Formats: sequence, structure tokens, C-alpha cells
Amino acid sequence: MGLLSDPNRRRALISLLTRLNAPICALCYFAAVCWFMGLAFEPFTLRTYMSENAMGSTMVEERFPSGERALATGKEFAAHKKKVGGMPVDWLVKTMQARGLEVFTQSFSRTLPFPDENKERYIVKGTNVYGILRAPRAPRTEALVLSAPCSPGDNNNQAVGLLLGLAHYFRSQVFWAKDIIFLVNEHDLIGMQAWLESYHHTNTTGMDWSPLQGRGGSIQAALSLELSSDVITSLDIILEGLNGQLPNLDLANLFYAFCQKIGVLCTIQGRLQRNDWDSVSGYSHAVQTMMLMVMKQASGRPWGDHGLFLRYHIEAATVKGINSFRQYKTDVTTVGRLLEGMFRKLNNLLERLHQSYFFYLMPSLSHFVSIGYYMPAFGLLAVILLLRALDLWVQLVSPPAIAADGVGDIAQQSSPGVLSVLTPLVISHLTGAALYILPTRFQEIAVEHFPVSETEAVVLTAIAVYTAGLALPHNTHRLLSGEGTEQGWRVLKLVAVLYLAVLLGCTALINFSLGFILALTLVPVAAFVTPHVPKTLSAVVLVILSPAFTLLFSVFFFQELEEMPVSFQDGWLLYLSVISQGILDHYLYGSLVYPLIALMVYPCWLLFWNILFWK
Amino acid sequence: PPIAYEFQEELVIRPLHSGDIYASFQFRTVWETDFTRGISHYRLFPKSLGQVISKFSVRELHISFTQGYWRTMQWGQPYLPSPPGAELWVWFQDTVTDVDATWKELTNVLSGIFCASLNFIDSTNTVQPSASFKPLGIANGTDHRFLRYATLPREIVCTENLTPWKKLLPCGSKAGLAVLLKSEKLFHSSFHSQAVHIRPVCQDEPCKTASLELRQTLNVVFDLHASGQGKREWSLFKMFSRTLTEACPLASSSKIYIDVTDNPQDQFELSPATHLLSQAVVLGDRRTFSVYDLTQQVTFGTVRSLNVLIRWKSTEGDMLRPLLHAERYVAGYGLQTGEIHTLMYNNHPFRSFPVLLLDSVPWYLRLYVHTLTVTSKGKDNKPSYIHYQPSKDRMRPHLLEMLVQLPPHSVTEVTVQFERALLKWTEYTPDPNHGFYVGSSVVSALVPSTVAMNTNITKEQPLFSTFFPTKEESSYFIRVYTEPLLVNLPTPDFSMPYNVICLTCTVVAVGYGSLYNLLTRSFQVEEPNPGLAKRIANVIRKMRGVPPL
Repeated sequence: MGLLSDPNRRRALISLLTRLNAPICALCYFAAVCWFMGLAFEPFTLRTYMSENAMGSTMVEERFPSGERALATGKEFAAHKKKVGGMPVDWLVKTMQARGLEVFTQSFSRTLPFPDENKERYIVKGTNVYGILRAPRAPRTEALVLSAPCSPGDNNNQAVGLLLGLAHYFRSQVFWAKDIIFLVNEHDLIGMQAWLESYHHTNTTGMDWSPLQGRGGSIQAALSLELSSDVITSLDIILEGLNGQLPNLDLANLFYAFCQKIGVLCTIQGRLQRNDWDSVSGYSHAVQTMMLMVMKQASGRPWGDHGLFLRYHIEAATVKGINSFRQYKTDVTTVGRLLEGMFRKLNNLLERLHQSYFFYLMPSLSHFVSIGYYMPAFGLLAVILLLRALDLWVQLVSPPAIAADGVGDIAQQSSPGVLSVLTPLVISHLTGAALYILPTRFQEIAVEHFPVSETEAVVLTAIAVYTAGLALPHNTHRLLSGEGTEQGWRVLKLVAVLYLAVLLGCTALINFSLGFILALTLVPVAAFVTPHVPKTLSAVVLVILSPAFTLLFSVFFFQELEEMPVSFQDGWLLYLSVISQGILDHYLYGSLVYPLIALMVYPCWLLFWNILFWK
Repeated sequence: PPIAYEFQEELVIRPLHSGDIYASFQFRTVWETDFTRGISHYRLFPKSLGQVISKFSVRELHISFTQGYWRTMQWGQPYLPSPPGAELWVWFQDTVTDVDATWKELTNVLSGIFCASLNFIDSTNTVQPSASFKPLGIANGTDHRFLRYATLPREIVCTENLTPWKKLLPCGSKAGLAVLLKSEKLFHSSFHSQAVHIRPVCQDEPCKTASLELRQTLNVVFDLHASGQGKREWSLFKMFSRTLTEACPLASSSKIYIDVTDNPQDQFELSPATHLLSQAVVLGDRRTFSVYDLTQQVTFGTVRSLNVLIRWKSTEGDMLRPLLHAERYVAGYGLQTGEIHTLMYNNHPFRSFPVLLLDSVPWYLRLYVHTLTVTSKGKDNKPSYIHYQPSKDRMRPHLLEMLVQLPPHSVTEVTVQFERALLKWTEYTPDPNHGFYVGSSVVSALVPSTVAMNTNITKEQPLFSTFFPTKEESSYFIRVYTEPLLVNLPTPDFSMPYNVICLTCTVVAVGYGSLYNLLTRSFQVEEPNPGLAKRIANVIRKMRGVPPL
């Protein structure tokens, strides 16, 4: 700070920063990308370890014996499901009661804002069935949840069978200190949302549900089970939840520890762990695993039924059985033993899981990158914005050097009016508001006038508003304050750059992946755009780096990472469905990505678009 | 005057619909004495308690230790209700001048007697209910200034509490029903509750003289699946791993009652069979009991040991519809605000009845009383009486008492919003992320009875039916406790206080300090100091009278 309090040295530092602004910015960008790619390199990451003592040192024995019976129950469930053509409520109630649980049902209904074409549903009515195993001598203050979805078709029958088998086995044990809730939810996430909202008596999304009759106090942790085959080759753990929230790392550690103990292959993002980190393929494997996590987290959607628990500060994960073509198979008894072990350890918890990290990325199940390691990558990108802001500030406050030809006129030096900055700000935000509101509002009109379905209408309206926004704002400022001045665009850009810095900073704190991906594309735009760069080329670059194209690239990139590359045609259809899913996620579960993009990021990008066409 | 003592012991066994079994022990010592005067001989009455009563001028004392929650929906009403954890309520004599100091001292003494953390009772969890806890014995004044009520929902009950409790019995655990009280089985159950109740009772009908009654009760529920291995067959040996061989020699009566009311078609059989049947009106219902009188030698038969066995022939169980039950939960998410919901169910098909709801909430949940709503069947249900005492931070809890009329066949919901306070960092418990407990709310009610209640107190009756005094024939008194709540408060990260303190101090000192400095100081360019040679030259020039360099 002594450096800054000396005016000479301050001047020297500032002149250095303004003179070398462009190279420093380029260097920062390059360093940020390198830092981020380095995160997956194994020597730079930390090994996972169990932080919670209550789960670490205590030994539990897993003795769940009846996998075969659980499978038989699963078959019975499947038969009843087929007979009823949905959730076999009566059968489930009877079966759970026979296992000595307190059984309750909950009905719910929800009309979607527009039909969901992926899952083919519009008006959803369903029933959740749950049974509570009351812990002996416990006063109903704490609970754990094990859930399995009742899926259409032949999916997840084994999961429900195993859930009932575990319920039967757990019931005869005496060591439970927390109530255990066995939940079978219909219509996957919608049912889960209804149950959770009812349990906590909140209503954030306008769903109709009947109140719950039985509760078990505050839920400490939850596991969601997905199992669709009698034998499995590996178990996958899914962590990404709503709005990019993650459960405490100890939950993942617990899963990993038991997989190691029992000898089950375990994966994250469906990818096994490799030991050859020093080879190129090993490194690229780790990078791809981490990138998958980044992409999933950035999407802000719940990637399993567990994702909705995280809002209520309940640590939750989905455990998914995968049956591939490997030779080595694991039977359901072993999976049951693994879940038993995990539940017994969670039962031993004295406090909520809080010891380990809540912000992390995982390049493999045994290694993690904590917030302290990945934040510098974002910080380097954010520095670029601050440097540009400094540069603009210096240009604005220092008197412009009188040009050699003496044209530096007085009028240009007068500070631009508030209106010239405020007008583009207001107009671009109004465009953003239109992007947020119009698609769902105008779907009926669109369906009447164009030969499209409701879902297509919503997506196409969104794209139309987005494109229309490009034409609108860049001329409007002239209407109010005459010709744009040289000072004018500088002030506007200063505002826009600082706005973007704050916006991305806040986003990255909550959802690092989303913040980083947006920063990666928007920061170069913010850095280079001025009214004096070549218009056509810059406009193309600007559009390519706009949020909509970022999403398009992400779709293709994600398919590439999943090893399911798609043609451009399929990719485009996928892109449209991703947009509709994003809007649905917002209305159904309260995901914030769509409003964030529509109301904040897109208007911010429009400001830069405005600067490019400044006249 | 001759001092008369009486000791009775009794065990009631009630098979429950869920297949579990409920055993309730009661030991009653009645001592005909004027206990306000100095006493030196105690005989059957435990001296430790007697001294406490006379020293602290206690008129009534009720203390219970409970592990687990009574499941009203599965088990019906208990004979003696109690909330999870420890509960203590005391009526002092009106001669006591400083009630709070006496209460503090009393809790510390009781803490020693029962090996429990009752010393954690202080002004922050003590309340003076105005209506919910009336004296159960004879009383000539109900000024609630002499009443203190406190619960410790977190108290864990285990063998160290059972042993001192057993020592208060005249026969200890050597003879009589107390032989069955073995901790390895009692704590292998779904519910365990032990209590001590001391109150003055009438000696005879005109009630001229009072005597002191000490009731020690122990309630336990054994689980069908965990203790019973899923087989519906219960015996004394299976429950307690002991059989009975004799009554307590000091007892004037020693009986086992088995509730056989639900056995009209002989769904279960009793062995050894007994021909002694007894009827009693309890909890608004006329029940039939098979009785085993342990004072009769014939009860023990030829093997000189009694092992009552109940074996079911058919199994069927369904949910009960108890007339009144209550539940409570916290709604909302996040660590700033929340809402407490209390639900009270009246399952009577056509009668409405009033209930008294008592809520005692710790100060760190700041209740917004203006948000209090009471709704039944979707309509506002205005309480006819509300007593609210606001909390004082770190001093006393909120106390909310309401008299609410429950319409027939309805659910009444009481909601109140609260804000979570930020504690000082030394006020957090060692396990702050576990959460903080809010004690059970208490619902006291006069429930319409299906049969005429017995109001004659002098008639010989089983002990379990005479705990709450009945004033009228048409209704009976019950008390229902809701579950305690576990609420998370905003908690700082205690795992690395050192890092936090260092980082905060550094950021404040370095960052803020110097930035503030930079922003507020005005900078001026200072003339550089002339060098030594120049200064000497200037001095010479001055002497010469030429302008300096």
C-alpha cells in the first residue's frame, strides 16, 4: 500500500498497467485456462479423507442377507405396477405395514407450464408412499431418508425391491438412533418435490399436495437409489443437485470407503478411476471426469432425486447401479450390505455433516479439488475485468491529450449525461425481462398462429426474443441524448465491465462451474469490444461468444464428453430440448439458471453489443 | 398419634394393537403424617425424598425421565403421560418466600438424588404455567406463583437413573415386582419412562386429614420386531428375563393386571389361567383385567414361580384412532426464519371439547406472536384464553398458553413464525451443528368419556386408574405431549477458529486500514530535500548576498 500512497510510484504503476493492459489481460486469461486444466492433474489435487469422526473410526458390520428376497419383492412390485398401470399404492402400503413400518401416503398434482416432451407429461397426478421406521427410544427429532423412484416401464423395480428388503431387515435391528423414512416417489422429481415441500410445509413452486400425516423430525441425510438390473457391474454416485449445490464431501467419502471395504467397483460420472495419472490418457481421463462434473453443475438442474434435498440443507446423493458388459458382477445382497453400512454410519452421526467441504470438484472419486484451489482460476478471469475497468477509469479522468491536429474538441470532454448510460441499461434489461416472461405467456397465441406444439412455441419464442434483442438496443440511446460521444461509450463500458465482474463473482461463489463457463466466454467480449474495432468481424465474434451459443457449444461438448457425439441436426434438436428443460426446471423446482441468464447475463451481454454499435 | 404406612405394588400389562406390549409398574407409599412439621422417622418412606420435601417446603413434586416418544397413534393413551427427556414440576407451600432460589436449590439436590442433569434447569427453561398444571393432590390454593415447570428434552435416561430410582422402593429390587426391573431388558425397548410423583391426598371421605402419597411409576413398551423376534408371544421372562417368586413382604397389596378387554373371541390365551377378573374405568373406557394376586401363595403354583404367558392365535393389527393426539414440526428452510406448526386432532365423531395448549420456547427462537394463527377446518378458531409471557434474552423463555375448543372430527393447526437468534460464540453447545432442542408442547384436555367415570376416591381401585383426579362423571382428564423439536441455528464454523480469527484480523488491518488511509489522505508533491553540498553552497551564497541556487 506504500506503493499506492506515493503519487509518483502510483502514477508509474498505473501507467504500467494501462500501457501493458492488453498483454497482462491476455496473460491472465491464458493463466486461468492453464490453472483450470491443471486442477485435474493428480499431484495437484488432494486425496479424499473422512473428516467426520463419528463416521470415520467407528466400525460397523454389514450383515444384510436377503438380496434374493428383495429381488423377488421387486418382481412382485413390477407385476403390481403393470396391473395398476402406475404406482401400486395399496400393495406398497400393505407390504410396508407387514414389515412393521408406520405407513403414510401423499397425493399431489401439478400442471406443467407447458408439456414436457422428453417425459411426455403435462398434467401430473400421483401418490407418494412412505413408511417410517421409528427408532426405539428416540424422540422423533432426527431422521434419515432412503428413497427409490417408481419409474414407468421396467426401470427401478429392483431399487424398490431392495428398499423394501432393507426396510424389513432394518426393522429387526435395535441400534437405530434416528428414524428412517423409506420413500417411494412417483413421477421422479415432481413427486420428490411435492414430498419435500409438504414435509417442510413450504410452497415455492405452486404445486398442489396433501399434507403429510407422519414426520420424523429434521432430516439429517438422504440417499436415493436407482437400480434396474438384478446384478450390477459398478455403482455410480451422483452428487450434483439443484442450482449446482453439492452435498458435503463426507457423503461421497462414505460411499467410496464402503465401496473399497466391500469390494464394489465405484464410479463418478460413470467413469472408473485410473491409476496412470502420469500418462497422457490418464490425465485426459481425469480432465474429462472433472469437465463432466463442471458441465453438470453449471446446468443447475438436479441430476438425481437427491438434488432437491440440498435446498433444505439435507446432505443427499443418488446411488445408481450400472450394468455394463464387464465380467465381474455384483449381486443385490452386496449392494444391500453397502447401503446398510452407509446407513449405520449415518445413524452414528452426532451432528449434521459439516466437517468436510461443501464446494469441490472431483476429477476422480478418490481425489478432489477444494474451493481454495479452483477459485484462483476464476479470480484470474475476474482480474481482467478489473484491469479493463482501471484502464477505462484512467482514460476517463485524465485529460485527453490534445491531438496533434488540434481536433480534441471541448464538447467531447464534457461528461456524458446519466441518460446516455441509463437508457441502454434499462432497455437491455427490459429485453431480458421479455425473454424471461414472454415464452411461457405467449405459448397459446403462438400455437394458434403457427403450426407448432406448445413446447416448440416456448423454445422458439425464447430464441425469437433473444434474436430480436440484438436489433433493438444499439440505436435507442440516440433517441434520447443525441449522438453518442467518445466519453459516453467509455462510461457505459466501465459500468458494463463492473456489472459483469460483480455478476460473475456472485455466480461463481454460488455455482463455480456456471460462473467459470460464463466468464470464459464473456470476459474476452468485455475486454476487447469498443466502437472502433472492425464491425462485422467483431459482431460475429460477439454473437459466437453470447450466452446462447455458449449453451449450444456446451451441448455438443457434453455429448462429446459422454462419448455420445451427435450430428449437427440431432445436436440442434437436443439444444432446443435443453432450453425447454431449463425453463421447466425453473418453474418446477425453482432452478435459478434460466432467470439468471435471461434477467442478468443476457442484458449484460447486450450492453457490450450496444457498445460495438455505438455511433 | 400412631403413624400409618401403606405400600402397594402393581403391574399392568396391556397388549397393543401394533403387536407391541406395554408394561406399567406403579409403587405407591402412603404415609399418614403432617409432613410440614419436623420429621425424624421415615420407615417405608425414602428418607432422601422426605428430607427434601420438608426442607424445601414442597407441596407437590412430579418428576419424570423418559427415553423415547409415546406413539399415541399406535399405542393409544398411556396410563401416565410424560414427555421425552426429563420433566419436573413442583408446587411449593405458600410459606416459601423466595420461590426462585428454592427452586434452584431443589433442582440441584434432585440432580444428585437421581443422577440426572437437572442442574441444567435455570431461569432460561423454567416457566410458571397459569392453567395447564393444576395440583393433582388436595390443594387449597392454586396461585401459580408457587408453581415451577421445566423440561430438559435432551436428557438421556439410562441405568444410572434407574438405580437410584429403585433404591427408593421399600424392598429395593430384592423382592416383589421390582425384581423384574433389570436394566439390560428395560433399555432394550421402544419406550422407557420412569417417574416419581409426590402429592398430598385425602385419608378418608370427609378429607379432614391429609397424608403424603409417593408414587413411583415405570412404563416400558417392548417392540414386536426387535425384542419379540416378530413373534406375537409375550411372557414375563421374555420381557424382563426374570420370573416372579414372591410379593414384596412389606406390601399390603401386590397385583398383576392383564388387559383382556380386546380379547372377546379369545384371540390370545393366558397361562397360567386365572379366574380373578376385575373391571375398572380408565381413560374413559371400561376395561376388563385378569388379575394375579401375588400375596396369595396359590398364584405361584407348584413351581413356586410365576411366568405369565400371553400367546396369540391370530395376528391382526390396525391403526388406532385415539380421541386426541397432537404432533408438531418446524416448517420452512434456511437459517433465518421458520414456523412452528402444532396439530391437534380431535377424532371424536360428534363432540367438541376444549384443550389447553402450553408451549415453552427458548429465547433464541424469537417468536413473532403477531403471526400466531389457530385454524380448524379451514376457519379461524379464536382461543377463548391466551396467556403469553414474552421471552427475555438469556433470561427466560417464551410461555404461550391457550384454551382452544376443538371441533368434532377435526384437525386444529396452531402456527407461529420465529426468527433464529445469533448466539454469542461461548453460548453454543459443544455440538452446535446437532441443533438446539425445543421442549414438547403440552396439551391438557377434558375428553368426553363413553362411560361414567368414577368420582369416588375412597373406593378400592387399581392404582393405574386413580392418578388424575376425576371431578365429574362425563369426562376424563388426559395430557398429551408432542414431540420435541430440533432446530438448527446459524452456526459459525468452529472447526478452524484460528484461521478465521487470523484471516479476519489480517483483512481488516491490512486491507481496510490502508485503503481507508488512501481514500482519506490528500496527496501533495513535496519539494525534494536539497543535498548537503547544495545547502552549503546556499549558505555561502547567502553570505555573499546572491540568490540561492
